[in-house]
Amino acid sequence: MPKLTIDGVEIEVAPGTSVLQACEQLGIEVPRFCYHERLSVPANCRMCLVEVERMPKPAASCALPVGEGMVVKTNTPNVHKARKGVMEFLLINHPLDCPICDQGGECDLQDQAVSYGYDRSRFEENKRTVSDKYMGPLIKTFMTRCIQCTRCIRFVDEIAGVPALGGLARGEHLEITPALEAGVNSEMSGNLVDVCPVGALTSKPYSFNARPWELRKTESIDVMDAVGSNIRIDARGGEVLRVLPRLNEDVNEEWISDKTRYAIDGLKRQRLDRPYVRGADGKLKPATWVEAFAAIKAKVAGVDGSKIAGVAGDLVDVESTVALKDLLNALGSQNLDCRQDGASFDASNRAGYIFNSGIAGIENADVVLLIGTNPRWEAPLVNSRIRKTYLTGKLKKVAVVGQNIDLTYPTEWLGNAGSVLTDLANGTHAFAETLRNAKNPLIILGAGALRRGDGPAVQAAVRKLAETVGAVREDWNGFNVLHLAAGRVGALDAGFLPGPGGRDLGGILSGAQKGEIEVVYLLGADEIEADRFGNAFVIYQGHHGDRGAHRADVILPGAAYTEKNATYVNTEGRVQQARLAAFPLGEAREDWKILRALSAELGQTLPYDTLAQLRQRMVALNPVFGVLDRLVPSAWGPFGTEGAVADAHFTSPVENFYMTDPISRASQTMADCTEAFLKPALAAAAAE
Amino acid sequence: MALLDRTARGLFLWELVKGMALTFSYMFKPRVTLNYPYERGPTSPRFRGEHALRRYPNGEERCIACKLCEAICPALAITIEAEPREDGSRRTTRYDIDMTKCIYCGLCQEACPVDAIVEGPNLEFATETREELYYNKDKLLANGDRWEAQIAANLAADAPYR
Repeated sequence: MPKLTIDGVEIEVAPGTSVLQACEQLGIEVPRFCYHERLSVPANCRMCLVEVERMPKPAASCALPVGEGMVVKTNTPNVHKARKGVMEFLLINHPLDCPICDQGGECDLQDQAVSYGYDRSRFEENKRTVSDKYMGPLIKTFMTRCIQCTRCIRFVDEIAGVPALGGLARGEHLEITPALEAGVNSEMSGNLVDVCPVGALTSKPYSFNARPWELRKTESIDVMDAVGSNIRIDARGGEVLRVLPRLNEDVNEEWISDKTRYAIDGLKRQRLDRPYVRGADGKLKPATWVEAFAAIKAKVAGVDGSKIAGVAGDLVDVESTVALKDLLNALGSQNLDCRQDGASFDASNRAGYIFNSGIAGIENADVVLLIGTNPRWEAPLVNSRIRKTYLTGKLKKVAVVGQNIDLTYPTEWLGNAGSVLTDLANGTHAFAETLRNAKNPLIILGAGALRRGDGPAVQAAVRKLAETVGAVREDWNGFNVLHLAAGRVGALDAGFLPGPGGRDLGGILSGAQKGEIEVVYLLGADEIEADRFGNAFVIYQGHHGDRGAHRADVILPGAAYTEKNATYVNTEGRVQQARLAAFPLGEAREDWKILRALSAELGQTLPYDTLAQLRQRMVALNPVFGVLDRLVPSAWGPFGTEGAVADAHFTSPVENFYMTDPISRASQTMADCTEAFLKPALAAAAAE
Repeated sequence: MALLDRTARGLFLWELVKGMALTFSYMFKPRVTLNYPYERGPTSPRFRGEHALRRYPNGEERCIACKLCEAICPALAITIEAEPREDGSRRTTRYDIDMTKCIYCGLCQEACPVDAIVEGPNLEFATETREELYYNKDKLLANGDRWEAQIAANLAADAPYR
């Protein structure tokens, strides 16, 4: 452990630490542009110069490893002069158009020019200009502002794994250029906006909309995938203007996917802002809450509990699932299901349906097996974590059972038939040996693999595989299920599943066709074909006029994830709370309040009047809801049903990364992305 | 003797004569009152009156929606919304000043990097209703068009001191 002195303070740091990192550990601020903790170190901006004793010139601290007995000074006249000089050079070609720049107010260059630069310019010659580049519908470029820190190039190369950007020419003439002017086709491209220290790359949908100082910042949780990324929602008035990542090393580090960042314009379109009731002429008509509740009461009053069913959707929070479960149970119904995609699996053991190793746990794995999943589209942050581990060299091999697609790291394709899984589970497949020899084998079972009808058998086969290759030990659990829906694990934990004698989704739908189910309560469930409900009376509660609302007989307008204080459980089983950033639209209300009000109308008043009471009820239902933001390991036990795995192919259920839920389907930006990135790929595939 | 003097002054209304003499002396001095509104006094080029949004000589509005005036306004009288115009430039879609909130401190024109929002020389904008004092972008631009000559002259006059 080398010991060094920085500004007269002695510190001992790990070998290999750079001087800049050592300064940070002491809380000494060193200005920087090109250096970023999660990217490689090019040391090309020269802003982090410090003085080191016995070195002839100031040294770039980001690229200087600490040495024993080093004496570093960060606060001498020489250092200040050097920084001022570097800043002057950086500003030579910078247009100084801060008033029209979207980065203004949150710009590293602006802040550091004030802190470390001269207050005026000596440069009288002409400034360089650079033509703007096309980087797709998400990123707006203004390349004259670029200070050539190359963070964006390193980000797409290293984190996103899509070598879409490069530098052309040298020195002053260096231009950041996307390959083929085709845009940055990555699920993580939005992070370029955060990575860029100046206003060269800014968010296109947000352009010129607002200034950072006008925004109300709310720390919340994302629901676009089951990762549960930690986000900050920036709103002005009642309008959510942008979403930024929040640091959480265990979940999303400091990145978020494009869908998380850009689908929010879907919150302004296709919204349900008042109740609707289907009239005698078969058309939905605006109604008041009283009329809507009366219509429900008139229908439900005479119906036996066994003829009522409830389906919870993908974006629902735990509060409303628990409230709906309590309400339906009180009405005598056991027909509950939260797997609106038709997945079947054994949820009796929590370890059987969560991501046991944790997302951060991927970094300890040395062999990864992906079964029926495309993490690049299903959970980009899980994929980037696998790629990160691959880049460190710790991850020796990634094998895929399912579609053979580019996941941004080399994979070995084992095939996509169900028989491959059977062979692996029986130990007859060659790759089983590789897994057995691995120190920390990790198996990721995709949601698509559980949707095929033989879910419990697949689950049991993977459990057998995990147990035989030593993926489940005292200190390591490499059995992981990667869910797609943010609400799924929460609903499973809440037990939103068929009760004793209850019907599952298939039973509910066939019952509805036959007339055995007369009332279906859809809580944000939009992925079910409208014609599958037969003549059942459908109540839809949700925030978007999507498939569910289209079929509904009564629509109750609920709140989207930005509009309520709600609990979500991510695929790891991590319980996190989202917070209200803007109030629900129009007459819409928080979902659990709707259910509470409806329960009183139906004469089965739910025993909670406040959110705190409801949360107490949740904890009583399942103690996991009482532990926030922390992973509680789940005990391993038997789950799944031994049986033959069908030979059908494993496919990922996500056909379009940009449109997977009612919010992203309503989003114009996501439609533009589909047009820009997916259409050309489809056309190319069709031409082949 | 003092008694005689005081009596004589009292008897001949000397104080009154003195006062009237002062009064009549003003008949021969220049007049200081103004026949407002037909006449008006000089105003400083720095006078802070009614707000106006200026244009460039080619007719392009100056305001670039940087929102610095909105940020600095101590009375929170300014409200701005912006989005990219069709040609991609940054322009406001809404620029409102609540003149009933405004305290005429002039910080908005100090903050403006393009001299778009200015407090012009006009001080005669009293209205019969409060609603008329909620200025929108059209009203402010119309003010700018109306007062441009004088505003430009005032800015030029004040320029050497900046």
